[in-house]
Amino acid sequence: MPRKLPALTPDTAPFWQGGERGLLYIHRCAACQRWFHPPSPICPHCNSFEVGPQPVSGHGTVATYTVNHQPWTTELKAPYVVAIIELAEQPELRLLSNVVDCEPADVRIGMPVRVRFEQHEDVWLPLFAPEGQP
Amino acid sequence: MTPDRLYEKNVTITGIGQSEVGRPSTKSAMRLTLDAALEAIADAGLKREDIDGVSCWPGDNNNGSSFSPVGPNALISAMGLQVNWFGAGYEGPGPLAGVINGAMAIAAGLCRHVLVFRTITEASGRLIDKGAAALTNKTPGRDSSYFWQWYTPFNVLSAVNLMAMYAQRHFHEYGTTPEQLAQIALTCRRNAMLNPKAVMRAPMAMADYMASKMISTPLRMFDCDVHCDASTAIVLSRADAAGDGPNAPIRIEAIGSALHQPWSWDQISLTEMAAFDVGRMMWQRTDLKPKDVGSAQLYDGFSILTMIWLEALGLCPRGESGRFVEGGTRIARDGVLPLNTNGGQLSGGRTHGLGYVHEACTQLWGRGGERQIAPHRVAVAASGGGPLGGSLLLVKE
Repeated sequence: MPRKLPALTPDTAPFWQGGERGLLYIHRCAACQRWFHPPSPICPHCNSFEVGPQPVSGHGTVATYTVNHQPWTTELKAPYVVAIIELAEQPELRLLSNVVDCEPADVRIGMPVRVRFEQHEDVWLPLFAPEGQP
Repeated sequence: MTPDRLYEKNVTITGIGQSEVGRPSTKSAMRLTLDAALEAIADAGLKREDIDGVSCWPGDNNNGSSFSPVGPNALISAMGLQVNWFGAGYEGPGPLAGVINGAMAIAAGLCRHVLVFRTITEASGRLIDKGAAALTNKTPGRDSSYFWQWYTPFNVLSAVNLMAMYAQRHFHEYGTTPEQLAQIALTCRRNAMLNPKAVMRAPMAMADYMASKMISTPLRMFDCDVHCDASTAIVLSRADAAGDGPNAPIRIEAIGSALHQPWSWDQISLTEMAAFDVGRMMWQRTDLKPKDVGSAQLYDGFSILTMIWLEALGLCPRGESGRFVEGGTRIARDGVLPLNTNGGQLSGGRTHGLGYVHEACTQLWGRGGERQIAPHRVAVAASGGGPLGGSLLLVKE
């Protein structure tokens, strides 16, 4: 499927390019130890600048999802699943992605998922597949 | 925090106006805007020279796109207005930000009479470019938008995907059903059938709703509002300057504009959005209670948002909006809480935000014609979804 790619900045590049090494990077604060997303130069919890990208396990669950049926552009292949994933590292640590490599109708809230990467140019999109999929 | 100054109580609505609501209209965006503005000024019993402020949300952005083709700069120039203050901009408490900012300008002593307007021409916009609704066309090249850059790479090209995920979570947590959600669309259509300006006026039954195309589960086409070309305007007047007009002034009793969470569609509470912050703030600023509300004009850009607003404003208990709207009797024009009495945006047309205020005033002033509900003094209007949210509690003097 075609993808609109994000602009890369010093703050966001580790998130979008960690997949080159098979790793999902999420920002974490050294002062309060909390994770946060999207990445930013300051911790939104304690306002410390001691923040930076750290690899996470890549495990998470589906917090919510939708099966998109509308082909918004002629190149898009519907249906596809858009989901908000809650990462295993911290409650409410969420990111938006797609659930792939399964039937859209099989996706459920609470479903365990694991990250996999899809490369487009210099971006490795973190997508999620049901846990246990090859 | 307990508010120490309730500035909004010195601000009233004295006049309303609205252009034709076309799908599409043959009039230009500026002409639609002028039709609304001049009607509102005349309705307030004022002259052009009395208007000393202009406010708008979001104003002229994206190079005059159909989402907001006219802003204060253009209207001030076209009408030859002489203002002491004017303002617009997307970043604020949702589509009612123009009203809230205008009220602040009056309360701060900058203006006496502020013209607030909202113009939208998405119906003719879609005729020119069928893909105009897809976000990819709006941001050429790589996406560096503060928030969309986290969504468009995953082919979230319309806001409906984000709203659908709130709906899915609501279904999951509270057991809300498609039949319950349908009541928002069905109620709006019943009301639109009595509104001569409404865009969609053919009868809609539950079977029609269920048969409508699935766009993004669980939201169907009839859960999404309908594009139109229209402009809506209201006149805000300082309370001590409001008495001379023909209409009983409608006081802004309380404003909700709070955001206590990240400005984000995925980091914000999936069941509360900004709406609960807004509701808590609004009720802190008044002695009135939800039971006093005689009409509710609540954002229905997508039906699920209306459900969440019902809960956020305390009009039904948290998580209970599905059961509250079930069968549609409570939210009917003769129910305990008449909802979106002009057909909302789902059937009336996506006038976007200010239409709710226009309809709240129409009903308070008893000008609803065939769709008029029982006499009442208190109405609530709320607008927005996700991190966008603002509300107004209105009291007819």
